[in-house]
Amino acid sequence: MTASAPASAPESTPEPTLSAAVPRYSPVAMALHWLLALLIIATFAFGVYMADLPFSPSRIKLYSWHKWAGVTILLLSTLRLLWRLGHRPPADAPMPAWQARAAHATHLLLYVLFFAVPLAGWAYSSAAGFPIVWFGVLQLPDFVPVDKALADTLKEAHKLLAFAMAGLVLMHIAAALKHQLLDRDGLLLRMMPARR
Amino acid sequence: MKPIRLMVMTALLASLSTSWAQTKPSAAAKPAAAAPAPAAAPQLQAAGSELLFVSRQMGVPVEGRFKKFDAQLSFDPKKPEAGRVAFTIDLASASIGAPEFDAELGKAAWFDSKRLPQASFQSSAIKALGSGKFEVSGKLSLKGQTRDLSVPISLSQAGGITTANGSFVLKRLEFKIGDGEWADTSMVANEVQVKFKLLFSGVAAL
Repeated sequence: MTASAPASAPESTPEPTLSAAVPRYSPVAMALHWLLALLIIATFAFGVYMADLPFSPSRIKLYSWHKWAGVTILLLSTLRLLWRLGHRPPADAPMPAWQARAAHATHLLLYVLFFAVPLAGWAYSSAAGFPIVWFGVLQLPDFVPVDKALADTLKEAHKLLAFAMAGLVLMHIAAALKHQLLDRDGLLLRMMPARR
Repeated sequence: MKPIRLMVMTALLASLSTSWAQTKPSAAAKPAAAAPAPAAAPQLQAAGSELLFVSRQMGVPVEGRFKKFDAQLSFDPKKPEAGRVAFTIDLASASIGAPEFDAELGKAAWFDSKRLPQASFQSSAIKALGSGKFEVSGKLSLKGQTRDLSVPISLSQAGGITTANGSFVLKRLEFKIGDGEWADTSMVANEVQVKFKLLFSGVAAL
C-alpha cells in the first residue's frame, strides 16, 4: 500500500512530524471511519449490556436498536469498502516492516469483521424466529430457517466474532496511541481533518 | 431475542338447527338409525386445527399459537341462522416458540392464565354471505373483558371434514393484554391478528 494521496498531498517529503504536509485519508474515508467507530463501539456496548437483561420493555427496545444499528453498520461498511477499493489510503508512515504488516493485517481483519459480526447477528435473529425490521419499517429477508439449535450456534458465533472485533479495535487504538504518544510521528493526523 | 406477544382468539362456525344440547342418547334416538347422515353434532378435530396470533413488536411480526382449545358446534350450512358455536381457549397453552418468553405469557400483565384460565366465544348470530362464507357474531370474553366480535369465516369440505378458515384483528388493550409497562403501543402494537383453521367432522354438506 504505497500510493500517495491525490492532488493536494505533496510528494512524500519525509518530514514525519506534524507538518502541514501530512498525507491524509480522504474526507469521505475519515467521515466513515469516525462514524463507524462510534456506531460500532456503542452497538457493542449495548449488545454486552442487553444480553443479560430480564424480559422487559427495555430489553425489547435495546434489542431492536441494536439490530437496527447492526444493519446500519453493515450498510455503511459496504459503502466504506467500496470507497476504500476506489481510493488508496496515504502511504504508510515510516515504521518497522513488522509493524506495518501487523497494522495492515489488523485493518484487513477488521474489515472482515465489519461484515461478519452483523451478518452473524442478522442470521441469529432470523434463526430465533424474529426477522429484523430495520427502524421498524423495512423487513429484511431471512437467509436462514427458524431453527433453535442453529440460533444457539449463531448466537455464540455472533458473540465470539464481536469480542474478536473488540480485541482488534483495542489493538488498533493502542497502536494509534503509541504512534501519537511514543513515536510522535503524527500518524493520527492522517485520520484528522486538516486545520486551517 | 425478542419477545412477546400476545393475544387472543376465537373462532367459530356454525350450526345446525338442532341445538347441541340436543344430542341426548335416549328417546327418539336409536343411535344407529341413520347412518350416513351426520346425525351427531360436529366434532372439532384437534389434529390439523390451529389458532394463531400475530403481534408486532417494534415492527417485528411475532407469531404465537394456542395449543389447546375446543369448540362446540351446532350448524347446518343450509340453515346458518339457526347455528351456534361456542369456543373455549386454554390461555396457559399460549406459546411463541421460545420457552423463556412463553413463561411470561401466563403472567398478570399478559394472559394472567392462573386467575382466568380460559377465554371463550359464544355466538349470537350466524349469517350466510354466499359461496361458503359466513359471518359469525358473538361475544368474546378474555381476561375479564367481554366484547362484541364479528368474525368472517369460509368453509370448505373434503373427505368428510369441514375446514373453517378465518382471521380478524383484536385490539389487545381492550382486553388489558400487555398491561402496565407493556401498554406502550409503539413497542407492542395494539392490533393483534388472529388466524384460525378449524377442522370439524360431522358437518352437513354445504
